Order: sequence, then C-alpha cells, then structure tokens
Amino acid sequence: MEKPLTQHINTESTPLNLKEYQQVGGYAGVHKALKEMTPKEVTDLVEDSNLLGRGGAGYSAGNKWSMVPMDNDAQTKYLVCNADEMEPGSFKDRYLMEGNPHQLIAGMIIASYAIQAQKAYIFIRWAYKKAERELQKAIDEAYDAGYLGKNILGTGYNLDLILHSSAGRYICGEAASLLSALEGRRAIPRSKPPHLVTCGLFGKPTVVNNVETLVFVPHIIEKGVEWFKSLSITGTGGTKLYGASGKVKNPGLWELPLGITFRELIENYAGGMLNGYRFKGLLPGGTSTGFLIENHLDVKMDFDEVYEVGSRLGTGTIIVLDDKTCPVNFLHNVEKFFALESCGFCTPCREGLPWIQKILAAIEAGNGKMEYLDILKSQRKYLAHGNTFCAHAPGAAEPLNTGLEYFYDDFVSHIKEKKCPYKS
Amino acid sequence: MLSEEEKIEIQKEIKHYPYRSAVCIDALKIVQKHRGWISDESIKDIAQFLEMSNEDVDSIATFYSRIYRKPVGRNVILLCDGVSCMIMGYETIYDLLSKKLGISFGETTPDNRFTLLPISCLGDCDHAPSMMINTDHFNNLTFEKVAEILEKYN
Repeated sequence: MEKPLTQHINTESTPLNLKEYQQVGGYAGVHKALKEMTPKEVTDLVEDSNLLGRGGAGYSAGNKWSMVPMDNDAQTKYLVCNADEMEPGSFKDRYLMEGNPHQLIAGMIIASYAIQAQKAYIFIRWAYKKAERELQKAIDEAYDAGYLGKNILGTGYNLDLILHSSAGRYICGEAASLLSALEGRRAIPRSKPPHLVTCGLFGKPTVVNNVETLVFVPHIIEKGVEWFKSLSITGTGGTKLYGASGKVKNPGLWELPLGITFRELIENYAGGMLNGYRFKGLLPGGTSTGFLIENHLDVKMDFDEVYEVGSRLGTGTIIVLDDKTCPVNFLHNVEKFFALESCGFCTPCREGLPWIQKILAAIEAGNGKMEYLDILKSQRKYLAHGNTFCAHAPGAAEPLNTGLEYFYDDFVSHIKEKKCPYKS
Repeated sequence: MLSEEEKIEIQKEIKHYPYRSAVCIDALKIVQKHRGWISDESIKDIAQFLEMSNEDVDSIATFYSRIYRKPVGRNVILLCDGVSCMIMGYETIYDLLSKKLGISFGETTPDNRFTLLPISCLGDCDHAPSMMINTDHFNNLTFEKVAEILEKYN
C-alpha cells in the first residue's frame, strides 16, 4: 500500500533536511513543474487529477486555481496555506508539517507557480510551536538552495514564502477570516462574491489551500493522474490521512486509501473499542460534522459517500463516542467551543450559539424541560447556510441536529430523571 | 514608547506586508513577548508606531485569545478542553491543577508563578489529555506526570 504523503515521516527523529529529502526524490516535482511545464499545464493536471480539498470542504483544488485571473501577469497574486488546524478532534496537518516540512514547501512552490503568485504565506496556528520551528528551518534551507527567492532554478520565476503564526481563534481557519487575520485585522468572514480567487488577500487574487491538499501536489506532478486515481478505493483519487480519538484501543493517525470504511478504520487501525466500552457514535471529521451511528459503519470515508448519509467527511479524523460518555455532555462541550469561538459578526451565530450552550448546560445539570428540545430544534433554521457569512454556525448545527436525532432518548432521560444518567 | 528592540522586530515583519497596520497582530505578539501582557500603554505604543488608532489596536488585541489584556503569571498553563480531551478525562486533570495551585480557569497564583487557562484543542487528540505550559507541549497526562511537569517551572 503506497503512502506518498507520510513515507518519509518518522516521528521518532527529526524531519529530513533539504539534502536528505532531495536524496529520496523530494523537490523532483518542483523541477518538473517549473522547468518542463507551463502554469496552465500544472493547473490542468491538478484539475484532471480531481484532487479534492483536504481541509474539509472537499472542493477541487485545480478548479480553484483555474478561476484565478491569469490575463494580467503583472497583477500581484497570493497563495496561502491554511495551517490553522483547530477543529477539535483534528490533528493531521500538524503531523504533516512536523514530520516533513519540505514536502509542504515543494507543494506551495508548485501551486504558487500554477497561479503565478509572487508571494505565499503559511498561516499556522499559534499552538503548533514545533511545526513552526521545523517549517522556518526548512524555509531558510529552501531559500539557500535557490528554491525560494529570485529566479528560482534559473527559470526567472520569483517567489517569497512567509511563515505567519496566528494569535489564536478557531475562526481563522475559515478562508476569508484567515485572510482578514493575515491583513492584521479581526478575523471576520467576508461577503461573497467577490470570491477570494479574484479578490482575496489585500484585495488581490488569492488561493487558500489546506496543508494536506498542498503536500499532494508534487506527487501528482511527478507521477500523474492515473497513479493518483489508483491510490483510492473510490474513484475520487488519492490517499487520505485518517485518524481516531476517544475510547479506542489505539488512537492515532494513518495514511490510507481514500474510501476505506469507518468499520475498517476503527477495527483494523484504531484497534477497536477499549475493553469495557461500547461504540455509540462518531463524528467523521471534527466537531463541525454530524454524528453517525452503528448503521453507518460500513459507509466509505469519502466526501460524497459520507455526505449521502447526512454528515461530512470533514478532516477525516474521527472522534468516537462511547457508551459511557454522556452524549449531552459531549454536545455541551462542542457547542461551548463554537459559542466561544464565534467571531460575533453575524447575529444567529453570536446570539444563537450561547443560547444553545446554556440550554445544553441546563439539560446536562438536570434542569431541563421538554420544551427546551423544541428550542434546540428551532435553531436548525436560524443557523442554516444563507443566514450567516460563513460556515461556523451551520457547522455548529450539524452535530446538534444529528445528536438530537440519534440520542433523543438520552436528552429525554436527562429531563425526566432531572439528572445526568451517566453520572453515578 | 516601544523599545528599540521591539521596534526592530516589528520593522522586520513590516517588510513582508504591503502596509504597516498589516503587522498589528505580529506587533502585539512581539510586545507581549517582551512585556508579558498588553497594557493600555502598550496599545498606545503600538498604535502610534503603526499609525493606527488606539481603538483599532485594542479591538484587535481583545479579539485574539493568545493576546493577554490582563497580566499573567510567569508561566501560563493552557489545558485543552476540547471534546477528545473531555472523553479522555481532562476534567480530572483540571481538578488536580486547580486544587494543587489553588486557582480556577482565568486566575493566577498569588506568587505569580502560574496562570491557568483553557484552550480549545491542541491537535494532539490521539494522545489526550494534553496541555501546554508557555510554549512547551505535554500529552497523555496523568496525575503523576502533571505533578512532575509543574516542578520544572518556577
């Protein structure tokens, strides 16, 4: 089984330096793209490969690049790597950055070349100190070796790469808010259109891609579309970093063919449930994705397949809910997070999420009433897409709506018994 | 007034961006690194240097969780309260820290040694529960481990 993204990652030692990475074939994709291909050929190839955004939305990366206006070469353009991984339960980008920073730099050089960006930024979350250190070291090496800066590899192409560490806040992971933060302002989302690809950072055309998306680019350039498609079980293409946390025997992160089932992930890789715990449900990829239950374990972990059963693949790092963890408490924790991290820009999010949090806290404490459940259900329409500028509130609604559906009896027993039945 | 050192560090960031105010967040982080937290005085210093209004700088400073608008202790403990850490028992680690240090979330010990704050997900969910102290990361926390870790910080 091929593991292109993680084959050179060894968590026990320091990541490969530039020389070592070149010795195992690293940066070959950069040479090929910049010396043998036009920017359009690079974009077309990535679009043909159907590389879908690994940040959670699953949007075609090549298609995004193809929307960047290329008619005016003199216009400033930007590539931004979204490394603000902060969704509870997600820990894949950190692994990729700490484990092989040069792979990300190579991907960013090629992506920048494809859209003819002169400047690229990595927006990394504050807490990822080790990743920040390793990336800065790798960026300095890449400048010294002529992969960054002026006239890269003698091709006449110039690119500066800047590492920007955030000051905290989950909303920075939302592409438009991330750009607001990078401009030195409050991280608030933007009204679209205009889309970021035409009017993004500092008002210029900007592509924002996730870490896991960008690290795939050099491999696709080197090995082609057919190879990429052959990696996945489903037709989508590629491998995926899947992870598991919660009460499983072997929590962790694995690079696997895109499209393995939840059951395979939990049983073959995460080692099944810890002794004494039974599976009750899971969030497929972070707290902004809806619950799935036992019936869904044979669903393939691909974007379309998970969407069809009412959730989203998200980041592909599952959070397992066991039978001894209270689902109301679980949801209370999740909604508290969303309420706290709302940027406060739109009313349904700013007012609705703390309301939900308070109701869940009351139910959890045994002070709930049956009509509270109707209030929670009514939030479905207020927090829906179209009422807010970004996906924060709709994301917060996903575990809530599905949690109410699948664990309704747990809510009722909290209210009827006036206490949490999970607490002895 | 910003110190010469602070000015040099902020100036270094300015060259990466098209205008001065774009480095506001970097400037806040730099000043906080030197002064421990961001006082009203620091807000004014930064505003003046970046040619922004005090109010603009303050609105940005109060937005970001890792910019402290109140003094913090010599060491800041950031305990992850994300859902994976909740499942794996961060609450018992919180109880231990809180009891041992005599403070709750948001408070600082009287000797100014520790401030205890929650943080949402440190991206270490497969080794939960986890926490940071200053810029150091710790995971798979147990009672014994936490007690040992605290000893290292004065």
